[in-house]
Amino acid sequence: MKLFKEFTKGFIKENPVFIMALGLCPTLAVTSSVENAIGMGLAATFVLVCSNIFISLLKGLIPDKIRIPCFIVVIASFVTIVDMVMYAYTPEIHKSLGLFIPLIVVNCIILGRAEAFASKNSVIPSIMDGLGMGLGFTLALVVIGSIREILGAGQWLGMNVMPAGYIESPMLVAILAPGAFIIMGLLMATINLMKKKQGA
Amino acid sequence: MSFITQIFTLAVFAIFVNNFVLSKFLGLCPYIGVSKKIDSAVGMGMAVIFVMTMASTFTWLIQEYLLTPYNLEYLQTIAFILTIASLVQLVEMVIQKTAPSLYKSLGVFLPLITTNCAVLGVSILNIQEDYNFLGAILNGLFSGLGFTLVLVLMAGLRERLEKAEVPEAMKGMPIAFVVAGCMALAFLGFSGLNF
Repeated sequence: MKLFKEFTKGFIKENPVFIMALGLCPTLAVTSSVENAIGMGLAATFVLVCSNIFISLLKGLIPDKIRIPCFIVVIASFVTIVDMVMYAYTPEIHKSLGLFIPLIVVNCIILGRAEAFASKNSVIPSIMDGLGMGLGFTLALVVIGSIREILGAGQWLGMNVMPAGYIESPMLVAILAPGAFIIMGLLMATINLMKKKQGA
Repeated sequence: MSFITQIFTLAVFAIFVNNFVLSKFLGLCPYIGVSKKIDSAVGMGMAVIFVMTMASTFTWLIQEYLLTPYNLEYLQTIAFILTIASLVQLVEMVIQKTAPSLYKSLGVFLPLITTNCAVLGVSILNIQEDYNFLGAILNGLFSGLGFTLVLVLMAGLRERLEKAEVPEAMKGMPIAFVVAGCMALAFLGFSGLNF
């Protein structure tokens, strides 16, 4: 039951993007389409789970003073693996994510979980935590990606979902940079509103 | 194109057209996190300019003389992040010893910079765009300037927002994002520039 809780807390209650505002750069940069959002989310999830496993295994061995560089090396190794695997099997997503794959290293969600959870807990809870947080991150990316792709291109995962007239002249700003910021702000405001209603 | 024109073009593109924060989405965490007061925004900006220029210099040298000759390009991510982390540490120690007053104003920001994706981002971009040595250094410097410009502008706006009547749910981060969106919209106007 407790493990299940570690798993699900990342979805809504401690969602890394909406609630804790971590990992903002990839969140805004890769969500111009749902496909990229899923690719980024899964890549980050893989790195998060693997680095959580390793760090929780190594937690007794790493001296406290140099723990951050050690965590970064572990994370960077897995990012390199993801980078190579994506280059080999999904070259198109690799190309459109571009710079943001190596930048998973400095994604604060991953370092944050290593520091706050994996370095203090045993392996199984760390896997659950990594999986939950990773999927929560993916969920957030897909939500933002869906809104941006539907508004900005009239499509969802490449399928046309809006009337033909809309697709001809969509709200282009949504897939450009300004739209990303504005939609993110409005989504956060919506969540604030929901939280307040729940609390009251 | 003469040398001066080239530098000017590089500067305009790095600062305005391809602004790191508003068009490449790099360095958003400090952009939202440290933009509440102008003072700290200026401090953070200076630290970022400094580290970005240094990081561009060192990572370019490492790529050119260590990774490429020995076919170790796949180690790029690890090598760069370690370089940046140790560089930041070194800079922190040097400033602390030699310029205590500067350390006082920049000190708190330096550790944060290791995980600023703009620094790793500019290092990797320098290699991807095939800049030469001077180009890489200048690109680092100008990108840092662009970052500082929008960070300080944002801090100015947010100091005013403190006194504005913002709907309860929009207070804090949401309104900051919407304001950033408006700024990005303004900066989009630069994208038509052509030299």
